[in-house]
Amino acid sequence: MLSAAPRQSESGARTLLKAEALEKRFGGITALADYSVNMGRGELLGLIGPNGAGKTTVFNLLSGVFKPSAGRILLGDRDITAARPDRRAALGIARTFQNIRLFAEMSVIDNIRVAFHMHRGRGLWPTLVHTPAFRRAEREMAERAAEFLELLGLQDVRRERAGNLPYGLQRRTEIARALAADPQLILLDEPAAGMNPNETDELIAVIERIHHRYGLAVFLVEHDMKVVMASCDRIQVLDRGRVLCEGRPADIRKDPRVIEAYLGTPRKGSRAGS
Amino acid sequence: MTAERRNTAALRFVLPAAAAFVLAYVLQTVLDDYVMSIVNFVGINIILAVSLNITNGMTGLFSLGHPGFMAIGGYVTAILTLPAARKAMFLPDLPAWLAGLQAPFVPALVVGGLCAAATALVIGLPVLRLKGHYLAVATMGFLIIVQVLITNWDSVTRGPLGLNGLADLTTVWQVLPWVLLTLYVSWKVKFSSLGRTMIAVREDELAAQCLGVNLFFTRVLSLALGAFFAGVAGGLWAHLVTAITPSSFSLIMAFNIVVMVVVGGSGSITGSLLAAVLFTVLTEAFRPLEEHYGLYGIGEILMALVLILILIYRPGGMLGTREPRFLVDDDG
Repeated sequence: MLSAAPRQSESGARTLLKAEALEKRFGGITALADYSVNMGRGELLGLIGPNGAGKTTVFNLLSGVFKPSAGRILLGDRDITAARPDRRAALGIARTFQNIRLFAEMSVIDNIRVAFHMHRGRGLWPTLVHTPAFRRAEREMAERAAEFLELLGLQDVRRERAGNLPYGLQRRTEIARALAADPQLILLDEPAAGMNPNETDELIAVIERIHHRYGLAVFLVEHDMKVVMASCDRIQVLDRGRVLCEGRPADIRKDPRVIEAYLGTPRKGSRAGS
Repeated sequence: MTAERRNTAALRFVLPAAAAFVLAYVLQTVLDDYVMSIVNFVGINIILAVSLNITNGMTGLFSLGHPGFMAIGGYVTAILTLPAARKAMFLPDLPAWLAGLQAPFVPALVVGGLCAAATALVIGLPVLRLKGHYLAVATMGFLIIVQVLITNWDSVTRGPLGLNGLADLTTVWQVLPWVLLTLYVSWKVKFSSLGRTMIAVREDELAAQCLGVNLFFTRVLSLALGAFFAGVAGGLWAHLVTAITPSSFSLIMAFNIVVMVVVGGSGSITGSLLAAVLFTVLTEAFRPLEEHYGLYGIGEILMALVLILILIYRPGGMLGTREPRFLVDDDG
């Protein structure tokens, strides 16, 4: 069980993640410019914006998939700008992917168990000799996997090949897998994409459950306004690689700049995003 | 895990192992030396296919370098077991400490395997940055470099002449324990946290990395593990054929082992084992046919045909990535 108590140091540093003036260029194209974010421990932050605004780029920078062209990223007091994704995962950043990246040939439970390896897995020798420590580790991993299967309602498909699951269950498996990495911060990249209204409601419930139960900071990229407005404490709006504005859901909804970014100027009248 | 489950888990391995020993004993008494040598080739090919399955099948590193590791293991074992008198004749320029050394077979095999694994660690550093086809070409390059080195390093390898007249130390009692050890190790790894990270790297390395899997470590480990058993198999092979030359370990051999893994099912230990048995037996079965009717190469043609048909109709191989359910104790 993850500890429900917030993991903050005695000095009372409330900031979990801090990104300063991040910039990402691909060749001549600037995908993201001067992006900054400050996330508190246990905060639920939303990131919205039209297609191509740079939302996934933000996630790729935070999880270490891309290195920023400029700027720096701090997790707690630690500068992780140059850290590889596996190092960041070990420090407590987990993520899901917009276009689901499950281990398709592996079972649902094995997908989840992969995430345990960095903290609990044993090396080659204990594995081959079948030491007590190895057996204990494997038993603990099985038990904890059962916990996450239950949390996301995946018990019945635990042995199913992950690639065979229907879409909604694949999304949930990916969330379970990210949670199993024992993160302090979880990045959810469009978890409601392709879900029907029923599944979306379930998803909102799941996000709230993991947020409350584990005191986890959640950073959510989402197109579905219902999800963002329902779950987030605070929302950042991104447009064309820049932060347009930031604030509480109720204010964001009314902000004319946001409406313009999404709907375009009245003359154009074209609708971007959904 | 209850005591009962632990017992069945042990039985799953101990029982087939005991059966294999009984079978080996029966074959040994019934069959003549020629057929027995084919049985030993079957065993060596099982070691090769099952160990390549760790690298290619489980971790998804498409390596054509397996015969390169075999060559290293084969030469190291052969030089270590060679009596001092023959060394003086074959390899007069050998360093003194090596010239006087004659090791028993089993330690020599282990040292051969370790040398192959150490080589895997060294070449892993540059080569494992590559993926897919690029990795295949780079490991092929490694194989060629090993061949060229062996051909030209006269003082240690006797160059293109190779080493002949090696003692025929490879009996079924040498091969079988190594077969069982290879199966045990790859089985144990596959159904453990470590093995799950290997399969995860094969399935989606970015996702694996974002879950804290160290890609480089995982890749190097699986290459070295496969290389160790390839090295041992090389030593067994050398003392079965009783001669090795630089051309013993060729690209065709690499192709044959890869075919076994693909036909068996990438990632499936049982599949690699069955495919190794099938291919070795079939190749030998075609030999009299080839000689009798003068249809040389018909075996290879049929083998290639089988490969093409499998790739078209069953691209996952005979068993996909899985093992037969009744053999698996794990919850996945």
